[in-house]
Amino acid sequence: MRNAFIEELVEQATKHENIALIVGDLGYSVVEPFANQFPDRFFNAGVAEQNMTGLAAGLASEGYHVFTYSIANFSTFRCAEQIRNDVDYHNLAVTVVSIGGGLAYGALGYSHHAVQDYSLIRCMPNMLIASPGDSQEVKACIRFLIDNPQPSYLRLGKTSKLNFHKDIPKLSPGKWLSIVNNKEITDTILSTGGALEIAINWRNKSTEFLNWNIHSMPLWSMKEKPLQPLQVANFSNVLTIEDHLQDGGFGSWMMESLIGRKELIDRLNTKALDPSICKLTGSQNTLNTLGGLRLFD
Amino acid sequence: MYIELANQIRIHSLQMVYSAKASHIGSALSIADILGCLYGGVLNIDPQKPEWLERDRFILSKGHACVAVYASLALCGFIDLSILKYYGQDNSMLSNHVSHNVPGVEFSTGSLGHGLPFGVGKALFAKKTGKKWKTYVLMSDGEFGEGSNWEAMLFAAHHSLDNLIAIVDYNKLQSLNTVEKTLNIEPLYDKFSAFGFNVIEVDGHDNVALKNTFLSIPSDINKPTIVIAHTIKGKGVSFMENKVEWHYKSPNQHELASAISEIMGA
Repeated sequence: MRNAFIEELVEQATKHENIALIVGDLGYSVVEPFANQFPDRFFNAGVAEQNMTGLAAGLASEGYHVFTYSIANFSTFRCAEQIRNDVDYHNLAVTVVSIGGGLAYGALGYSHHAVQDYSLIRCMPNMLIASPGDSQEVKACIRFLIDNPQPSYLRLGKTSKLNFHKDIPKLSPGKWLSIVNNKEITDTILSTGGALEIAINWRNKSTEFLNWNIHSMPLWSMKEKPLQPLQVANFSNVLTIEDHLQDGGFGSWMMESLIGRKELIDRLNTKALDPSICKLTGSQNTLNTLGGLRLFD
Repeated sequence: MYIELANQIRIHSLQMVYSAKASHIGSALSIADILGCLYGGVLNIDPQKPEWLERDRFILSKGHACVAVYASLALCGFIDLSILKYYGQDNSMLSNHVSHNVPGVEFSTGSLGHGLPFGVGKALFAKKTGKKWKTYVLMSDGEFGEGSNWEAMLFAAHHSLDNLIAIVDYNKLQSLNTVEKTLNIEPLYDKFSAFGFNVIEVDGHDNVALKNTFLSIPSDINKPTIVIAHTIKGKGVSFMENKVEWHYKSPNQHELASAISEIMGA
């Protein structure tokens, strides 16, 4: 996903002179194409994420669309108040990019586990979450964000190189993308982010979800909740899946969007990581399995 | 002219906190002379065009002293003087920490340690795009407890942002006690200097010295500037000066009249 990110960002930056990239001293072997091609729009803020985010807001207030880039919790929790006050409240075009979404850096320990980031970002009224499920969705997300500059969060996971879309899909916030469409089945798994690969794993290898439809929703935020009841109503059963804790996560967000619609809430189930994985270290697959997300390898 | 503007800022600030029963009058009085100087002629701004692209950018990082900025903006014509009475009222744009909803305010603050990084971003933009305007950030002394400011200073010096001017309202009094007894920041001059800044010390209530300081800052020194303005919290109202309680208290009617009388007699 990181490579798809930088490829697309470079392509967009050739067309849009206001795109800037600030890294928090991370991105070795990833960000160089941007840094080399646009040295006047590339900055290494050093290991100083509060300043990275604050200065990104300052640049954005003058017309730049700034992408801040770091690992997991460093670009989010470490500078949460700068995102909240400087970026979100002032409604500025800053895209906070986090690499290692979910348990991509599972072996590196709890500091590098990004399993609470949705909860932080989705409580901010203007922030749009962009959580792509494959490289095609990465490119689609970047295109959407550049065409619609706003406070936003791009969560990049580490998934296989499989692409689940033939072409780069056209995105609309809060709209479900069809990945597997079986008109004879009225049940679906709805994933966001890197959990898309896990959703396909469940569909193909579990008896319970065999042949279910699969949808992905890469763009969502507080504002898109009203769009959800109509989409849930199209199915008999909806299972959300996410590589994040349930508290404050994607499934909880969906549940909140259905408040007052008991007939729809009864159709919804959620699958998220068990909090016990917070004490563990290991590979992404191992931790996702122990956390209850993966059935089989 | 600067003295008169500063005193008017003080009087309007007092009236606002009195009406709203608000806090932080000591912090506002502390910066009145600095603002009188900036808004009296140092800043290149146009009240008729608050978003004029070539304007100097001014950021109040110590957002709790907002009444002094609201008064400055009203006295300069950015907003009507008559709306100051709505300060702190329900649905007023004049919130109790400085708000970017007010014409002439670049950035909302309230949590300390946000103004300088934001100002660094603006200065970086100007530097990279060849703009001539400057960015001024007015900060408190207590907020140098925030690590984000030191991060921003490292970045500003590293990128030679000589279009950035930080001003420290060094009144040496924090929320509960003196800066020295709370979290000592001395030796401040040496620290700022070691961080790569052009450091200037000035009496923050000497209007001529302030003006001369701001107007003499060179624009091609390849380093950012920080002005340590030595001030007195509550300056101009003798019974408020250097009293920690005036970080919180709002004056009663008698105290308001007494304070205004003292300022007008100055």
